[in-house]
Amino acid sequence: MSKEKLELFEVFIRSKRGLDHKHVGSLHAQDHEQALEYARDCYTRRSEGVSIWVVRSGDICASQEEDSDSFFDPSDDKPYRLASYYKLPDPVDNM
Amino acid sequence: MSDDDLKQMTLDYTLRLGDDALVLGQRISEWVSNGPFLEEDIAYGNVALDYIGRARMYYHYAAELAADGRSEDDFAYLRNEREFRNYLINELPRGDFAFSQVRQLMVDLFNSGFLARLAESKDATLAAIAAKAIKETRYHLRRSREWLLRLGDGTEESHRRTQRAVEDLWGYTHELFEPDELEQRLADADIGVDTAALKSQWKQAVAAVLSEATLTLPEDDWAVRGGRRGYHTENLGHLLTELQSIHRAYPGCRW
Repeated sequence: MSKEKLELFEVFIRSKRGLDHKHVGSLHAQDHEQALEYARDCYTRRSEGVSIWVVRSGDICASQEEDSDSFFDPSDDKPYRLASYYKLPDPVDNM
Repeated sequence: MSDDDLKQMTLDYTLRLGDDALVLGQRISEWVSNGPFLEEDIAYGNVALDYIGRARMYYHYAAELAADGRSEDDFAYLRNEREFRNYLINELPRGDFAFSQVRQLMVDLFNSGFLARLAESKDATLAAIAAKAIKETRYHLRRSREWLLRLGDGTEESHRRTQRAVEDLWGYTHELFEPDELEQRLADADIGVDTAALKSQWKQAVAAVLSEATLTLPEDDWAVRGGRRGYHTENLGHLLTELQSIHRAYPGCRW
């Protein structure tokens, strides 16, 4: 089978219940179902995960380099608007 | 039947199951670095590892039953082809990818029925091995079933090759369901599995996948048998030569 007929998928794995899915890499497959199986075989064989998401890479809408200024340069003068301003009690993990 | 007889029979039976797993595992491992693309290469390599792991569990138990100083390595590396008792279907060369996947489907469906019964064996070790192996087999079956659908209902060439593989393999499936005296007696003792009782369900399941994949079930017009008696095709000797070469050149070597 020629690789040109395969599509690229991004793989996200949740390593523990309660945590969020993290991007771990990408792979080629014919469709979602096959991508899910290959994700299992390529990324979770040493019990790294409890849940897998696969997403067609082409379906991801990504920000562009030239958008950086308008996207990522927030005003720093009102820190109380940011979640990181507030101190979390210790028992709250993984926020 | 004395306890010693039963133990000897269980040992022989366990070796047969180990031989099936080792020989097929070795065959599948030949796809490593030869797969159609990287992801499939890794995925099918994992299936090979499952089988080799299964062979080790059976041989380890066989060594325990034999209790004569032989280890799992002795069973895998120091027996010749006449002493191997695997079903012939497992030793056939890997062929093209369609051939390997058709064999995989037939064996996976067989194992689905077989391991479910073996998991209820009175022999606690065999039951435990089967309980572990059946989880792997469910995943193997998911893969081989999907490949059959893709290949059978794919291009004209993939359909042709897959149908040919079905026909080339069909005659090797009959012996899976023909238990000999040893297997019959162990089945009567609730230790082994009466594979004859699995046949109709297996055939229905194969027919269902083939029909969904636009493939046809062949006629039962020929059959080759003999694996369980140690009569093999010429392919097993070549396979064992490669499998055993390191151990025979460097006896007892470890890494």
